Amino acid sequence: MQELLQQLANGVAWGSIYALIALGYTMVYGILRLINFAHGDIYMVGAFTAYFIARAMGAGVGLQPSPLLAAIVLLGAMIVCALLGMLIELLAYRPIRRSSRLTALITAIGVSLFLENAGIRFFGADPKFFPQVIAPKTVMLGGGVIVTNHQITVVVVSVLLMIGLTLFVQRTRTGKAMRAVSFNRDAASLMGIPVDRIITITFAIGSALAAAAGVLVGLTNPKIEPLMGIMPGVKAFVAAVLGGIGSIPGAMIGGLLMGISEYLVVGYISSTYRDAIAFVILIIVLLVKPAGLLGRNVAEKV
Amino acid sequence: MIRFPKAFPHFAVCLALLLGVNGCAKQTAEIKIGEYGSLTGSTATFGTSSKNGIELYMDNLNAQGGIGGKLIHVLVEDDQSKPEEAATAVNKLVAQDGVVAVLGEVASSRSMAAAPICQSASVPMISPSSTNPKVTELGDYIFRVCYIDPFQGEVIAKFAKNTLKLSRAAVFRDNKNDYSVGLANYFTESFLKLGGTIVSDESYSEGDQDFKAQLTVIKSKKPEFIFIPGYYTEVGLIARQAKELGLNVPMLGGDGWVSDRLLEIAQDALNGSFLVNHYWEKDPNPAVQEFVASYRKRYKASPDGLAALAYDAAGVLVHAIKKLQQDDPKAFETLAGPPNNDQKAARAKLRDLIAATRDYPGVTGRISLDENRNAVKTAVFLGIENRDYKFVATVEP
Repeated sequence: MQELLQQLANGVAWGSIYALIALGYTMVYGILRLINFAHGDIYMVGAFTAYFIARAMGAGVGLQPSPLLAAIVLLGAMIVCALLGMLIELLAYRPIRRSSRLTALITAIGVSLFLENAGIRFFGADPKFFPQVIAPKTVMLGGGVIVTNHQITVVVVSVLLMIGLTLFVQRTRTGKAMRAVSFNRDAASLMGIPVDRIITITFAIGSALAAAAGVLVGLTNPKIEPLMGIMPGVKAFVAAVLGGIGSIPGAMIGGLLMGISEYLVVGYISSTYRDAIAFVILIIVLLVKPAGLLGRNVAEKV
Repeated sequence: MIRFPKAFPHFAVCLALLLGVNGCAKQTAEIKIGEYGSLTGSTATFGTSSKNGIELYMDNLNAQGGIGGKLIHVLVEDDQSKPEEAATAVNKLVAQDGVVAVLGEVASSRSMAAAPICQSASVPMISPSSTNPKVTELGDYIFRVCYIDPFQGEVIAKFAKNTLKLSRAAVFRDNKNDYSVGLANYFTESFLKLGGTIVSDESYSEGDQDFKAQLTVIKSKKPEFIFIPGYYTEVGLIARQAKELGLNVPMLGGDGWVSDRLLEIAQDALNGSFLVNHYWEKDPNPAVQEFVASYRKRYKASPDGLAALAYDAAGVLVHAIKKLQQDDPKAFETLAGPPNNDQKAARAKLRDLIAATRDYPGVTGRISLDENRNAVKTAVFLGIENRDYKFVATVEP
């Protein structure tokens, strides 16, 4: 029992990361019907940006870890990646917005490969080790379950970001405009909504969330390398589809499900199936509910 | 259609002659040796240490005039820590660059990807530090200057059972890595024979970031120690995550742990653990101390076991080439020439001379190659205390 609770606790922390990445996929898909395959690589850039900011500030060589340092690193990475997301949208996706979906998909794969190889070129293929921005501490939960303060930070920051995003989409004028563009882009445009700007904002928010996921991963699993975004990117995409692509709560639930099931499979079956489980779940869910868990019926397309 | 000027064929012939003649002139001056290794990727320190060891040996040799007036030119290829890239790299060295011998790799999976290429081209290959027994079984042109995993697994099992008096082991292996799977199996076999029990056998894959699911299972089985036959990057992360889960038992490992980055990654998590190395840098033997001093002076770092083995691999190869020069100067001359049939015959003679290596005085001990082209050597146990290594014992074969 204690073992199962421990696996669940770790699974929730890991799943929060997938959920954050999945949000970016789902938002962009909701608005543009585009699967942005470069999203996993933005997560990688986020982790590296945080690494360089932390190093530049002197973490790991002299500066003591502190929550303030962590906050600066997190915000810095989110801002850089938001700008990167906007730039990618402007240069790669905007020129082909009226082309077929296949063109857009291939462009997305191209951007993804570009970011990966640029990462190898500029960051180097060697893994880097994230300096400690928060001093590690273990925390005993009830039932003999042990987690680290890093894992708690991951869950808390993820939940805060998800709540913030939901409020933004539901309560602000920009959020309303996003929902309108998602519902019908041409009609929204006729109503005077600046569609281009809304799309840019969507990319910025999605990329910032991916960057946050990258920083949080660096915190708990300190090894970062230029190809680290491929597998989490694919799994977060599966999480988004699983939850019903286009649905924000769906992405969160999908991400958590992926994280927990991964832990249970590795813990009770075999680590060989770690990456296979994502797709097994996807196939089962799509057979039973083709629109995903929260797709269509509760559909809140963003 | 492209129209060439009338003089084009003459021009082309001249160009070819020029290049050909140039190439020949260059080749007679030096003997080309190929080296492939992981200069980048998840085991980057393996390749870098090996490259430094080989470079140090060859530069010393060239500074003293090379062999019979011919300098050794080492061509280095990076395999990015990937077996498929190792095959590509060695293909290039053998087919395109025409090297007469190849040095590399550390990781057994990568040596096994490259060995068939050297074997089919009749180019001798010496692996400095691949310990999986299958590596040299791939052909009679494939050698190594280190011990093999059946020995390594056995000494670790004996050390755990007889010296540390621990009998409940958990094994945590990288199931996509030939070295790790082989060493885990040899360890398990010996440990069971000694009367120990394996309470848990879990696996991961190289490149994984998160090991807590497996470690949670291992913890629930209450082992007295964990044997991790992996490479340093993963081992460091595993050690940290084990401590985070409150799993405070010693960890034991093989020579895959040997890297100056291990403790940088693991931080304090490996204190109280043990590993097997190929040599000990504070060995009072003057040859070792001379090597350590010149390595430190040049690279501003301590040579790890892999650098020392690479230095010895270069030494064994050069020793055989020198022998060839004495025994058969004509064959020796062809080594610096184009890769034709004469050179192929010379490479076969070089192969025989490497196979006949007996009592070569290396910095990692005396090297004699057995009939399976493996070295029979002592293993060195090191303990980790306060983020530093300490000598524990040497084990004779």
